Amino acid sequence: MSALTGTRHLARLILRRDRVLLPLWVLVLAALPMSYATSFFELFPTAAERAAYTEGTARNPSIVALLGPVYGDSVGALTAQRSGFLLVIVGLASLLTVIRHTRTEEEAGRRELLGGSVLGRYAGLTAALLVTYAADLLLGLLTAAGLAATGLPAAGSCAYGLAAALTGMTFATLGGLAAQLTETAGGARGIGIAGLGAAFGLRLVGDTADNDWPSWLSPLGWAARVRAYEGDRWWVLLLPLAATVLLAAFAYPVSVRRDLGAGVLPPRLGPAAAGRALSGPFGLAWRLHRGQILWWSVGFGLLGLILGGAAEAAGRSVEGNPQLEEIMARLGGASGLADAYLGATLSLVGLAAAGYGIQAALRMRAEESAGRAEPVLATGTHRSTWLLSHVVFALLGPVVVLATTGLATGLTYGFSVGDVPRQVGRMLGAGLAQVPAAWVLAGLAVLLYGLLPRLAPAAWAVLAVCVLLGQLGAVLELDQWLLDLSPFTHTPQVLRPTWTATPLTLLTILAAALTATGLLTFRRRDLPVL
Amino acid sequence: METTIEVSGLVKTFGRTRALDGLDLTVRTGEVHGFLGPNGSGKSTTIRVLLGLLRADAGAVRLLGGDPWRDAVALHRRLAYVPGDVTLWPNLSGGEVIDLLGRLRGGLDPKRRAELLESFELDPRKKGRTYSKGNRQKVGLVAALASDVELLILDEPTSGLDPLMEEVFQHWVRRVRQDGRTVLLSSHILAEVEALCDRVTIIRAGRAVESGTLGDLRHLHRTAIDAEVAAPLDGLADLPGVHDLRVDGQRVRFDVDAAALDAALRRLTELGVRSLVSTPPTLEELFLRHYEGVDR
Repeated sequence: MSALTGTRHLARLILRRDRVLLPLWVLVLAALPMSYATSFFELFPTAAERAAYTEGTARNPSIVALLGPVYGDSVGALTAQRSGFLLVIVGLASLLTVIRHTRTEEEAGRRELLGGSVLGRYAGLTAALLVTYAADLLLGLLTAAGLAATGLPAAGSCAYGLAAALTGMTFATLGGLAAQLTETAGGARGIGIAGLGAAFGLRLVGDTADNDWPSWLSPLGWAARVRAYEGDRWWVLLLPLAATVLLAAFAYPVSVRRDLGAGVLPPRLGPAAAGRALSGPFGLAWRLHRGQILWWSVGFGLLGLILGGAAEAAGRSVEGNPQLEEIMARLGGASGLADAYLGATLSLVGLAAAGYGIQAALRMRAEESAGRAEPVLATGTHRSTWLLSHVVFALLGPVVVLATTGLATGLTYGFSVGDVPRQVGRMLGAGLAQVPAAWVLAGLAVLLYGLLPRLAPAAWAVLAVCVLLGQLGAVLELDQWLLDLSPFTHTPQVLRPTWTATPLTLLTILAAALTATGLLTFRRRDLPVL
Repeated sequence: METTIEVSGLVKTFGRTRALDGLDLTVRTGEVHGFLGPNGSGKSTTIRVLLGLLRADAGAVRLLGGDPWRDAVALHRRLAYVPGDVTLWPNLSGGEVIDLLGRLRGGLDPKRRAELLESFELDPRKKGRTYSKGNRQKVGLVAALASDVELLILDEPTSGLDPLMEEVFQHWVRRVRQDGRTVLLSSHILAEVEALCDRVTIIRAGRAVESGTLGDLRHLHRTAIDAEVAAPLDGLADLPGVHDLRVDGQRVRFDVDAAALDAALRRLTELGVRSLVSTPPTLEELFLRHYEGVDR
């Protein structure tokens, strides 16, 4: 028996388990660069318009900080820059996929089940890495094909596609290494995401400083330095390849040296008795949700600071572009365009906040199927109280995330236009305007959990449909009734001078009705449904 | 005689599966009642109905004088439950879980908690995710045993405990009974039930097939003998209490009731014993022997 025996079977198991999730992120992340290219072709058909946009916006420090450098004013160069943040998501998806199929499995004890059968020492890690590598390469291939199909040069499209694939593979391998270090999947995700954050930070510092050497230390910096469409420096692709090999060379020996279930870093001890706060269902729910809510607030606060800082430049960027100036005049001048940009980005944050609500609601499902709900519900805790202790976080979480983002955006945007108090208020309002739509999706998750617990994860599919309708609906010229299915379509643009609050009220009522129905059905159903 | 649990004709179906099929169960106040049955016979389903987690399809269920579905919350304050597979929150320490569950039940006795931790040799500072199966079980048991409640419902509570800890567990259950509390102990291990229980209900395929004191169930307790004797065999077959006698040359195998064991062994030694193996019956064998073909 070789160290790799059983890899093929494990890989097939992973593909079977991820048959929905894996194609979903590959397709969405491969489709977005293509949609960026299409919109650049439409928005800036002439070289002069592109040059103006490049000078005014693409080279703006805030934009460069968020997305990365731009190496020219061709549609290809602009698309490559615009897709810069997608690489972070590709890296995140890759590393989470690997951890999900290595450490998560081990922590749940399922790997032990398989370890007893005929499996080589390296089979688990190898299968997870191979499947993720394959997904990344497929993503690269689809991205390249899609970009070439919009009319961009084939060589540059290949270079960009490969850069995306290799970035994903680097972070997949980082996930594989992190999974060997800690005993818990949560700890491994922390290490992996910290690595991703460090790569982003290095790239951000390098790209905005005079000397860009920090970017050369970051896998995210390398992808940009391939200079797709602007010289296609193929040799830079050797860097992520080398990093992948190096990380794997660390991960494999560690995976053999440690015991099954153990990590390299020692686990920490907790308190011997419960504190005062942990004395009821709400105290328990706070313990279970507080980490998430804290990290989301920090992350989206930072994002808001960057978005707000970039908005003023985005507003000025169209100077000298008559077509866009005309659109802008209709929107209300330079500040109108900045508002449109801020409104659009905050509506994206609204989708993310809905994701928060869904995951917080589905926590109940996880508690139930893991057998942790039953002992609590066999105490003096009423079913409704238990449900509400989680629902509170599903509903308050989106408020916290959107308020933090709105405040942070208003702060930096206010600084750049010299009117902090007013902009903080406006952006807070614009953020909070997204809350009712996010609540509808969280309420839907609660309803599914009460009524059809086995189908509760379908709430994620509904969110994916909302994302697609919002992001691609206009590009695909879908019918309005189809777009109206998404609650986010009904959220008013509160940064415009005229808007009405009626849709917000209706969305809130809908969310309340969904949540209440979820509560009523939950009170009457059998527990646990496995 | 007061009863704490009174179940009659209980039916629960999941889709096409009839998990409980007219179950009867009576637990008297102050007794340790064994709830014995093989895996999948419906023990956990019964317990979940008693806890108001599952709703009964038919039959009458009374628990501590109330309706477990309608009065769930009020009744839960008076009982403690330990599931067969205790799962803990990965980021909460064992001590935190013990206190949390205790507080949710309305408080626990700190002195008893400390005593329990010591006798179960449990480190309460470890995080939930780092406990072994046996230690997770101990967390559930400490939380339940330290609670000041009238009724303990324990669903195969000793799975994963080593024999030493099983002794500790039995000690504590005896103390609980001395305090006048009631225990429903589900198990698929005959010896555990024999060691602790005043009365036993045996369940198979969702039905109680036998119920009574251990004395009533004595007929279940046969020993299997497998011996090789020197002289040709005679005079065993007509001994009362000897069953399923099989003779194969000088090898002889039979089952014998506890009351007849002495006489049977005496007979064997007269013949000259060369080798002897005696085994208590496993629950599975008992079920095969006694309840195969019991109406479903």
